[in-house]
Amino acid sequence: MSADPIFSVSGLTKAFGEGEGEVLVLRGIDLAMEAGEMTALLGPSGSGKSTLLTILGTLMRASGGSHAMLGVDLMHASDAERTEFRSRHLGFVFQFHHLLPDLSALENVMMPAAAAAGRETRAMRSRAMDLLDAVGLADRRDYRPSAMSGGQRQRAAVARALINNPVLVLADEPTGNLDRQSADQVMDLIRSINRTMATSFLISTHDEHIAAQCQRRIELLDGRIVRS
Amino acid sequence: MNRYAVKLAIRHLLAHPGQTALLMAGVALGVSVFIFMSALIGGLATLLTQRTVGSIPHVVLEMPDRDPSVLVPSGAAQVVLQKDLSRRDQIAIWQPAVPIIEKTPGVTALSPQIRGSAFVERGQAVAPVGVIGVQPGKLSDIADIDGAMVDGTSTLPADGILIGSRLAGDLGLRVGQVVRLSSDRGRARSFRIGGIFSLGIASADRQAVYMNFTTARALFDLPTGISRIEIKVQPATDAPRIAAALRRSTGLKATAWTEDNSQLFEGLDAQARTGTIIKAFSLITIVVGIASAMLLSIVRRQAEIGIMRAMGASKGLVVSIFVLEGTLIGLVGALAAWLALLPLPPVSEVRSGGLPIDRAQGDFLLAVTLTTLAAMLASILPARNAARIDPVEAIGQ
Repeated sequence: MSADPIFSVSGLTKAFGEGEGEVLVLRGIDLAMEAGEMTALLGPSGSGKSTLLTILGTLMRASGGSHAMLGVDLMHASDAERTEFRSRHLGFVFQFHHLLPDLSALENVMMPAAAAAGRETRAMRSRAMDLLDAVGLADRRDYRPSAMSGGQRQRAAVARALINNPVLVLADEPTGNLDRQSADQVMDLIRSINRTMATSFLISTHDEHIAAQCQRRIELLDGRIVRS
Repeated sequence: MNRYAVKLAIRHLLAHPGQTALLMAGVALGVSVFIFMSALIGGLATLLTQRTVGSIPHVVLEMPDRDPSVLVPSGAAQVVLQKDLSRRDQIAIWQPAVPIIEKTPGVTALSPQIRGSAFVERGQAVAPVGVIGVQPGKLSDIADIDGAMVDGTSTLPADGILIGSRLAGDLGLRVGQVVRLSSDRGRARSFRIGGIFSLGIASADRQAVYMNFTTARALFDLPTGISRIEIKVQPATDAPRIAAALRRSTGLKATAWTEDNSQLFEGLDAQARTGTIIKAFSLITIVVGIASAMLLSIVRRQAEIGIMRAMGASKGLVVSIFVLEGTLIGLVGALAAWLALLPLPPVSEVRSGGLPIDRAQGDFLLAVTLTTLAAMLASILPARNAARIDPVEAIGQ
């Protein structure tokens, strides 16, 4: 495991609303993650887990503090720069699979790479096939999401998150919509990818069972890290 | 062109085939109105123009009106000018003008003519006529007399004349009969009726008599000069410009057919403007239809757009997808209208009582181009809205 952090945030704050209606959701977060880490982010609803993940994923800007990843100052990067950074270095898995309904499983997995390149290439197709194989969906490559089970969709979503070979995958309650058996399958898959590909995962969850499978746990309460 | 944007746009359209087909049918309907109006108004204008100018000269060259010479210096005395009627109106030296006219761009035919008034007498019946003396081979250069013959032949021997069907009916004349013609110059002689024509124009069919050029010289006592030169031009609507050019190059008085038919032009102009307004409304309808359909599509696909943006899709890609989607709806709808309206007849095939639709004037290419552009423009605003969707809100995280 490398000693250099892949990202670090310091004094990170996030406020919604203005004036008397202002709500402070993150109140000075200091956090860093090293390459290859698999970290669980725990906390009750409203503790700021999703907001922190959204900011780390460059989908939202923090109100204050610093945010850097792979040497890039993401606090002050332009929207276009943040979009490109997201496309190259980050992967996402959401509670709901959010696969595009008009594309097949294979096309869905290729989507982030194809969107960045402006076309689908043979190399992308080959990598997407490998990923579908790795998540056990090789025989479902031509299926639309509507023809797949909940667990299969979420596994396809994990494969999609990996297409651009990201340094960090941010997973927000990735098993929240799944039954225990499907949830275990998805977590086995994430652990296996973390081991074999050395991809870092930051997983937001309520579930102690999921957290127990991670190497590190960070607990959030009222917008502050209370345990790391 | 971003190939991935094209692929996703097509997938979006194919995802809801019924709705897409309905949208394209709406566009096709609007484009059909556009093409149909162009074809109808253009065809009507062509038909009216053809019927009006088909049998008349487009430009007439005559001697300029002469004013009497004024010997008193200008301003020294009040003078009243009257037309000089002391000499006959004739183009005395006309041969040098012929090659100049022939070389003028737009001129397709010319006919030097001897014209005069006469009376046709048969028994006790007398009818006033206008005699037109034409050169051999130029009989049908202005009005298609050859094509309008209903009896006899159109040849013009020295003792032969051609008369209109109405005159023949009024005087009970038939081909081969002999009539006497008395000119306004006091000369008279007998002619054999060689043929009867029917141009469909009452005044010509009742009063026009065609005869040999040389015979007309003798009958109207005009040994060298001619009365006028009649000219056909292509297109007929260029007549005023060509008349002005001929006025300058020949020094003769040139009158375009449009000067005597200004009401027709005003009518055609008003008709064309009405058509433009209807076509503009059909385009606006297409724009509103596509824009609202695109807005609905974007609302429905908000989460998809959000996830694509979260996965690193640029705003440009999102704009491209939805602009292409709208443009494809416009293009395919317009092409469908094109195919559907291809069987429209050319104006030459219009039957009595039918609409004078002219396929050639249907502005097919313009309709497709404008519709595609309009569809693209109609999609830009919704597409920009789509690109501004906040991925976090759209995904609902």
